Formats: sequence, structure tokens, C-alpha cells
Amino acid sequence: MRDALLWHRLQFAFTVIYHYLFPNLTMGLALLIVVMKAMALKSGDERWNGVARFWIRIFGINFAVGVVTGIPMEFQFGTNWAGFSRYAGSVVGHTLAMEGLFAFFLESSFLSLLVWGERRLNPVGHFIAAVALFVGSWLSGYFIVATNAFMQHPTGYAIGADGSLRLADFWAFVLNRWALMEYAHNMLSSVVTAAFVVCAVGAYYLLRGRHSEAAGRFLSVGTTVGVIAAVLVVFPTGDRQAKLVARYQTPSLAAMEGRFESGPMAPIVLIGQPNVSARRLDNPIRIPGMLSFLAYGTFHSDVKGLLAFSPDTWPDNIELLYYSFHIMAGLGTIMMAIMVLAAILKWTGRLARSRWLLWVLMLAFPLPYIAVTAGWLTAELGRQPWVVYGLQRTADAASPSVHAGTALFTLIGFCGLYFVIGVLFLFMIGREIAHGPVEIVAEVARG
Amino acid sequence: VVKLWYGVTSVMLAAYVVMDGFDLGAGAVHCLVARTNEERRQTLAAIGPFWDGNEVWLLASGGALFVAFPKVLAVGVSGFYFAIFLVLWTLILRGLAIEFRSHVNDALWRAAWDFIFSLASTLLAVFFGAALGNLIRGVPLDQNGWFALPLFTDFSGRNPVGILDWYTVLVGLFAWAALAAHGAVFLTWKTNGAVSARSHALGSRLYFVTAILWVAATLATIKVNPEIFQALTRRPLAWFCLLVAVLGVVQVFFGLARGAHLRAFVGSSCFLAAVLAATATCFFPTMLRATTDPALTVTAYAAASDPQGLRTALDWWVVGFPLAILYFVINFRLHRGKATAAAEGHGY
Repeated sequence: MRDALLWHRLQFAFTVIYHYLFPNLTMGLALLIVVMKAMALKSGDERWNGVARFWIRIFGINFAVGVVTGIPMEFQFGTNWAGFSRYAGSVVGHTLAMEGLFAFFLESSFLSLLVWGERRLNPVGHFIAAVALFVGSWLSGYFIVATNAFMQHPTGYAIGADGSLRLADFWAFVLNRWALMEYAHNMLSSVVTAAFVVCAVGAYYLLRGRHSEAAGRFLSVGTTVGVIAAVLVVFPTGDRQAKLVARYQTPSLAAMEGRFESGPMAPIVLIGQPNVSARRLDNPIRIPGMLSFLAYGTFHSDVKGLLAFSPDTWPDNIELLYYSFHIMAGLGTIMMAIMVLAAILKWTGRLARSRWLLWVLMLAFPLPYIAVTAGWLTAELGRQPWVVYGLQRTADAASPSVHAGTALFTLIGFCGLYFVIGVLFLFMIGREIAHGPVEIVAEVARG
Repeated sequence: VVKLWYGVTSVMLAAYVVMDGFDLGAGAVHCLVARTNEERRQTLAAIGPFWDGNEVWLLASGGALFVAFPKVLAVGVSGFYFAIFLVLWTLILRGLAIEFRSHVNDALWRAAWDFIFSLASTLLAVFFGAALGNLIRGVPLDQNGWFALPLFTDFSGRNPVGILDWYTVLVGLFAWAALAAHGAVFLTWKTNGAVSARSHALGSRLYFVTAILWVAATLATIKVNPEIFQALTRRPLAWFCLLVAVLGVVQVFFGLARGAHLRAFVGSSCFLAAVLAATATCFFPTMLRATTDPALTVTAYAAASDPQGLRTALDWWVVGFPLAILYFVINFRLHRGKATAAAEGHGY
């Protein structure tokens, strides 16, 4: 059983990380498309519709891959994590079922109308379709984050007669404070992703001297929304999220910072390598007192190290957790700096001439994807060794009837299938970007 | 309230079979009724705006099972591990085929996706039928309440059972015929010209096959699970469902013969829903039937969440369900009329 657990975890991690590459863009992009369609309605400028049309095509391809790679996620709760489903299904079943009923039906019914229905609808109708996709995808995000928040910080439950969980307080479960903060942080990071992608394509067109008019609009929407989101994702939401971890998952905070000893004036670590067997951090560069301040508000607050806790409550992959957290935080800071700079230059009308910053924007689009993945790794590795924090251990969550040979078979199958999907996806996105927004506008005018 | 949730879950599953059934069926007959690129784009245009929403009924049924009967979800879904992943991978490929096919104007690209779309739709229809067959036949639950089904054993239908045996394959073939016929009837109604004419001819032939296989599968069920027929004598609702099913088939033949294509499609939908409803009615309260020892059978009462949780779930379900129906009505209204292939570079 023990070795099957490794394959279950790897399969779920791989399929969920891969899946989330797509909704991570589409949730944020849905907001940007609503903004573009609103600009078109408000100004009556047909060129905004052309800009929206281009991004709706990119959205459609991403959304399709997001839908098909999302279907296995819901089923893997049953196939691979039957122990968890049996134990917590009466609680988390609510949010997962509500996601289908309230979010998926809305999204799927309006997707085709948004992507292919512009000529079937009037301009207001098409705007409503964009809003429906935005609302549907953001609702879907909430239900999933609320499910995850229950696993991170369970609220609103009671323990039933047979030892499994049951729902005691619906609103305490759905409006878990962890869920609210995690949701804000997560959705803002999705908006940052979309803003960077829109800016990268805009910068690419400007550098190539093609579609310059549309590219200017990409950059103005991308930098305006992007700078707001890139700041808010760090402060207050990222900061508050870390404070929740400090309060409710104290061993995880210690592991995220590679901290073994307890004490006041705890430093924040900029770089260094956790050496778990020697219980120390190698080659550290630190800012003294900052961790105490960020976690608890004063420099003299005591921040517990891992040695203050029993090793069976330590996260089981401290090294990866430590690096994930530092990569997320580091990239978050760099992205905020890029966006602030780009927005200032855009507002002062100098961005189109700042070729070096256009180069940076064009090449920076992978950063939010990496940061978001690292952020989710931080959340999920930090939750270990629990599947429901403090209540059920991950080792007890796997399906008892599935052995290692079966689990590895499907993991290998997913690797093959998702590799092919990745190649096809890149090919199709590459075609759309090579095609560009202008010709699409011309085609629609002809049709 | 347990009975109510058993009903809700069954209704959502029946909605899945009726709704996704028509686009799966359209996929299964895609290469037969649509020969040219223009015609194939027409069948895709007929299902394109709907397939994704239809598939959500599967996820929503899974969600209903999760919240109301978490123990059945945990035991059942992990026990059918291989079968579930085969279904998931097939669903992935099929979804991509519909969405990606017409993006690239290239004969090889499109031929490949047409093939994947047809094959995946056919296989899914067989898989879903086999899944139903497995539930009716039962699964080898052990003393701890878990099971793991191999894909196949000796095909005898006796212990040790596998996912595929003579009975489940027979139900799978029935499902293939019924869904392909359902899809053909849908295309007869929703398209025009050659596609509609070929679907019409194929649909009435497939419905003959369906009717024969329905009788065969029903007779086989007497052998595999006699309890279902004992329950039939006590449950008037099941009699009503069977009556609706027979009337549905009659409507299909009349509708097709008289050119009332929408009537034929409604008849076909009633047939599928009624067959499933009759099965669910006779099956209740069993959810997972044990082939090993009848005492190990999992009933709805044993597997349900606590009554308070079920009532809470009902509170949001009565809000969400009408909303879902509303979205479908809007979507179908906006796409009313015969489906035609859109301009190159647009649409499915």
C-alpha cells in the first residue's frame, strides 16, 4: 500500500498542475475579455471588438483543454482517493456538486455563444455571454478553493457516529476565512497571468512591427489590470495568506522558511539550501526580524522552528516546500516590479518606444505560470502529512483497492496523453498568434 | 430524504444519458451519415453548442453521488478504476476532436479527428452500457466493503466477475445501438439535406436493432439479476416507466414515418429516460449489489450522508437545478433551426 501512495500522489499532482495551467489563464482572461467588450460597448469603437475577438479565440482553445483535462480531476477523488471521499465526502461533496450545478452549466451553455455566437447575438448579448463565462469560471474557482480550504483548515464539520465527517454548519464551511483569503489571492494571480500573456503578445507584435494598433490596446488593458492585480496579489492577499499559515499551520511556515530553531527576531531567508538531516539551512542570506514581523506583526514575536514540533507532523517534503515558497515569493516580487514599470511607461506614453521593456514583457509570460504552480505546491505540500489538516492523514486517504501497478499504469497513460495534448495546444496557439488579430477582423467584416 | 436523493441522482444520470446520448450517438454515426467535409461540419455544428453542457450532466451526477452517497462513490469509483480511466481518456480525446477539428483547414488533420470522434463516441456508448450492466450484475464486494474489478476474467458472468462478460457486453451493445439510434434521430431533426436523409434511414434501422437488443438484454437480466423482476411486481412506477418506454419507441417510428422529426426525437428521449427510470426503480434501495455474499450489498440507506446534510444539499439543489434548465432553454432557443456549416475558420 505504501508504494501505491507515491503513485497516487504523483498522478494527482501531475494531472492537477497540468490542468490548472489552462483555467489559470482563462479565469483571468475572462475578466480581461469582459473589460475589452465593455470598452467596445462604451466607446462604440469596433477595434475593441477586434481585440476581444482575438482573445476569445485564444480563450476558446485554452478553455477546451481546461474542460477536458478537468474531467479527470473530479473523478480522481473517487478512483485514487476513496479513503478521503469516504471520510470527508459528506462535507466536500457539497462544494464539488455545487460547482457542477452552479458553475459548469453556466460556463458550458454560454461558451459556444461567446466563441462562435457573435453574429447570432447583438452586441449586448455577446457582452452578456462574456460576463456569463466570467461569472461561471470565477464561481467554479470559488467552489474548488473552498474545497481546498476545508482540507487546509477544516471548519463547519462534525464527526459522525461512524467516525466520518458530516456537515454541521453550511455557511461556516462555505465561508471559511481560509477560503476567502485563498480565493482572493488565487484569482488575483490568475488575473496577473492573463495580464502577462496579453502583454507578451502585444509586446511581440510591437517588436515585430505587426498589428501595432491592436498591440497597443493589448498593452493598455494588460498593464492597467496587471499592475493592480500584481500589487494586490502580494499585498494584502499574499501577506494575509501567510499569516493564516503562521497561525493555523505553524509547522508548515517553519518548513517554508527552512527554520529549525525557535525564537524572536526570526529572519526571512532570501536564498539558501535546507539541509534537513543536519537540521539547518546551508549558505543562508537573511533579513533579520522580518519573518517575525511579517508573520505576527512585531520583530520580537517568537516564530517556532520545526524542532518545536513532533517530526510526524512535519511536512514530508520540506526541501520542495521550501523552494516552492521561495520561487513563488521571488517571482511575485519580480512580476510586481515589471508591471509597475510597464504601467508607468504606458501611462506616460513611452512603452511603445522602450524596446528593452517590450523584450522583458514578451519573455516574461512563463513567470506567472511558474509562480502559480509553485504557490499551489506550497499550499499542498505545506498541508502534508494531512489530507484534511489535523483530521485525516494522506496515507489513509488513498484507495485501498488500487495497487501500485494499477496506479502507475494510469499515471504513465496520462503522461503520454497529456504530452500529445501539449504539442497540439502549442501548435494551435502558435497558429492563432501567427495569424494575429487583424485578419480575423477582416474575415468577420466579409462574412 | 434518502429516497429523494436516490431519485435526484437517477434523474440527473438519466438527463446525462438523454442529453449527452444524442451527441455521443451523433458521433457514433458521424462518418456514416456525413461524407463530405461540408456535411461533417454540419453534424458538428448540430452538436457543437451543446456537447459540453450535456457532458456537465455527468459531472453533476457524480457531484450528486458525492454529496448524497459518498460511500458509494468511494467504493464504486475506485473499484471500477480501469474502466473509469478508459472512459476519461476517451472523453478527453472526443472533446478535443469536436473543438479542434475545424480549426485547421487541412484534409489529413480533419480526417484524423473525424476518426477519433467517431471511434471515441462509439466506445463511450459501449462503456456506459457495460457500466450499467456491471451495476445490475453486481460487484465482488469483500468483507471490508471494498472491491477491485479486473477488466475481464472468463466472460461467464459468474465469480470471479470482470468488467466485461457476456452480459455486460450485451448491455454495452444495446447502449451503443440505442445511443447511435438516438443520435441519428437527433441529426434527422437538427440537420437538413443529405445528412438528415441518411440519418433518417439509419435511425429507423438502428431503432429496430435497439428494440431487439432491448428485449435480449431484458431477458438476459432475468438470468443475471432475478431480484429486479421480483421488485417489478411490487412497483407500479416501474410499470408506468415501461409503458412510457414502449410508447417512446412507437413515437420514434411514427415520427420518422410521418416526417415529424422533433416528435421522433422526443420519443427517443422518453425511451432512454424511461428504460433507466424503470431500472432505477426496480433496483432501489440497492446501490452496489454484491456478487460475493448478498449480506455485503450496499443500500442507499447505508451509504447516504446524514439527513441534515442531505436536507442542506436539497436547499441549494432546488435553486441550482432550475438555473441549469434555464441555461439549456436559452442555449437551445438561440441555436434553434437547422444546423448548417459555418464559414471556413468559424464554428465547429
